[in-house]
Amino acid sequence: MIVGGVFSIEIFFSELIRTYPFFLEAAWLTLRITLAAVLLGTVIGVVVALIKLSGPVLKVFADIYITIIRGTPLIVQIFVLYFGFSQVIQLSPFWSASLALAVHNSAYIAEIFRGAIQSIDKGQMEAGRSLGMTSSLTMRRIIMPQAMRRAVPPLGNQFIIALKDSSLAAFVAIGELFRTAQGIAAGTFNTMETYLIVALYYLVLVMVFTWIVNRIEHRLSVSER
Amino acid sequence: MKEMIRVEKLNKSFGDLHVLKDIDLTVNESDVMCLVGASGSGKSTLLRCLNFLEIKDNGKVIFEGKQIEPKKDNLNEVRQQVGMVFQHFNLFPHKTVLENVIEAPMMVKKIEKKQAIEEGKELLDKVGLGDKYDVYPAKLSGGQKQRVAIARALAMKPKIMLFDEPTSALDPELVGEVLETMKKLAKEGMTMIVVTHEMGFAKEVADYTVYMHDGRIVERGPSNELFDNPKEQRTKDFLSKVL
Ligand SMILES: Nc1ncnc2c1ncn2[C@@H]1O[C@H](COP(=O)(O)OP(=O)(O)OP(=O)(O)O)[C@@H](O)[C@H]1O
Ligand SMILES: [Mg+2]
Repeated sequence: MIVGGVFSIEIFFSELIRTYPFFLEAAWLTLRITLAAVLLGTVIGVVVALIKLSGPVLKVFADIYITIIRGTPLIVQIFVLYFGFSQVIQLSPFWSASLALAVHNSAYIAEIFRGAIQSIDKGQMEAGRSLGMTSSLTMRRIIMPQAMRRAVPPLGNQFIIALKDSSLAAFVAIGELFRTAQGIAAGTFNTMETYLIVALYYLVLVMVFTWIVNRIEHRLSVSER
Repeated sequence: MKEMIRVEKLNKSFGDLHVLKDIDLTVNESDVMCLVGASGSGKSTLLRCLNFLEIKDNGKVIFEGKQIEPKKDNLNEVRQQVGMVFQHFNLFPHKTVLENVIEAPMMVKKIEKKQAIEEGKELLDKVGLGDKYDVYPAKLSGGQKQRVAIARALAMKPKIMLFDEPTSALDPELVGEVLETMKKLAKEGMTMIVVTHEMGFAKEVADYTVYMHDGRIVERGPSNELFDNPKEQRTKDFLSKVL
């Protein structure tokens, strides 16, 4: 073991080929956790952002929510959901991880949407109101579509963070990418090679994500060109 | 002559700043009224009180003989009948020109899409933008944008149109096309209140002009008279400064 040094290029490639069925399956799980988390996180985030903008009374609750969620580590939140709530409701590892990741991201996503909504010119709301549209209709038809576009780049960024953060789900025994790497590394002692392989998987996923976000951004910017 | 909108003893403050002071004003059907005054004199605030984008502190706003009370009346219904054109256009940038125009008729009045499109195209033709239906606002010149904004307001078939410095943000060579559109509208009998410093327009189109100073109406009269023979010293001072 030691003779070959910490890293062997041959082992790296042979392991890369040997382990791909496990890692592909694990990557699929990582993707599912991430997608569940960002979809749910976006829904919660939009609601929290709208609550925060709705007025001084409700804003307090949104602020408290954001402060607590942003102020505590994701791994703690996952453990609270999986172990802490286990007497009340037994969530599956998948859903504890996805929910925790969703809630965690929702705080950041809420701030992204709040910023995006507030960045829309006041004249847009006035124009809508002056045409007899209610403020909620103007919000839905005029402000939100524009805010959504502005939110795409920071949202894409947040989704990439979520994808990488999903590795923490390994700690509640989900066989996603990182957990799978841990298992393989422990079994083969090819520690460096295995973790570099899993790094590669994350890298490729992030690059695909980035590409998709860029495409969406490009699509949405049609009206500004 | 039928009365369109009347304002009695209207007051409006922002905090300690008393912006509108005992404003009395009557605009009859098909009247075109110009509103002039120095920056900060309260012209925009007055217009915005008329369509309740700002809510008056006290006084009366009477629309077609009916006093409008913000707490009781549905302001969205009032606003449907009071069109507004803004200095900075405020077009919806994510919607095409035609979509800008049909948005409110479809979403507020629940007019069928086909009919809304037909009427929208007619309006755009009328303001000279028959070739721009599917263009996004970002591609338009300032003058074109403002004409879309006028068409958008007209699409709700308002009974009165408010213009807040519709040409102030435009390059000088683009002012004419917007004023021309407004002139056409006036000729068709639209009731209009226009905040503008375009004296030529005021003299030619406006039945009368009102001069505001520091939240009060200082002088009012037929446009020619007000511009050429102002009676009040403050009006004279103002006109000598802007013209
Ligand atoms: N929402 C607001 N909050 C606080 N003060 C305001 C608000 N809107 C207007 N004001 C103040 O009220 C006064 C009148 O403003 P208004 O916009 O009506 O003037 P104006 O005659 O339209 O001026 P301008 O020619 O610059 O457009 C100004 O001193 C302005 O700063
Ligand atoms: Mg103004």
